[in-house]
Amino acid sequence: MRVAVIEFPGSNCDRDTVHVLKESLRIDANLVWHNDFKDGSYDAVILPGGFSFGDHLRAGIIAAHSPATKAVIQMASDGKPVLGICNGFQILIEAGLLPGALLRNAGLKFVCKWTALKVEANNSAFTCTFKKDTKIRMPIAHNEGRYFADDELLDALSAAGQIVMKYDEENPTGTARGIVGVSNEKGNVVGMMPHPERASDSALGGTDGLKVFESMVEWAKC
Amino acid sequence: MRNPTGGYAVNPLFTVEVVISNKPQARDPEGETIIRDLIHKSGLQAVKEVRTGKLLSLKIEAADPDDARNTAVSMCNDLRIYNPVAHSITVRVRP
Repeated sequence: MRVAVIEFPGSNCDRDTVHVLKESLRIDANLVWHNDFKDGSYDAVILPGGFSFGDHLRAGIIAAHSPATKAVIQMASDGKPVLGICNGFQILIEAGLLPGALLRNAGLKFVCKWTALKVEANNSAFTCTFKKDTKIRMPIAHNEGRYFADDELLDALSAAGQIVMKYDEENPTGTARGIVGVSNEKGNVVGMMPHPERASDSALGGTDGLKVFESMVEWAKC
Repeated sequence: MRNPTGGYAVNPLFTVEVVISNKPQARDPEGETIIRDLIHKSGLQAVKEVRTGKLLSLKIEAADPDDARNTAVSMCNDLRIYNPVAHSITVRVRP
């Protein structure tokens, strides 16, 4: 499978993501500058973390209006796997591909640390190789990661299995119901605040993130 | 477009103010910090709540106030200038 990792001005961990895909998992992955990204030649796409367009107005909103994201929306509607990591999650929310909102952390601080997480749903393109309720560890690093939706929407997402990942112990950002990752209805579009690419090598402190990318490969086979 | 006297008709300019605020269900940590760490710590207990927001002051050419308001509202919605999941807007038109 061919995977694109889209680089916006201000993206980070984009190269780390490509490194994990190519070197650890032997996946054909390309780093693609956002203006050069076109739908059609890739089987999956990943929007990396960072601060696209300097987080102007709101994190993710400028990138959500970009032509690259229009192509991502097309891939999403074609059922291809689409992952947004951290700022990528914020972009997918602002593009309307995922429900809810990501607001400033309750402590008004940038939080950067390893976190204990639980896989809530394994019916998505990026969690399908996990067993449900698996406890994993991945780092977070963000200022706007407090997931918000009203109770009605949270209940509906929960019932539909669209809440894919939660904090397991501490909730360092005040996010609603501990939510750190959600999917769309079909499960092919997933956004998560934790960084799987930073948890894909034992030299960096953990390898739980590898399964996120391995899930994408398995999902694409179905 | 030419008006009957031969000049060009120019729509008047309206000042439209859009206030973007957190929905009541959404916590407002900035407002909480202001009331807890500044107001209440200074001993001013009469203030019971602070909610923060953002003000957009727009200058819009429009036929009338309703037209100006409609332009502002549809623009804010279409371009997602605010996030309708977490925020609400109130719109005031000044002549």
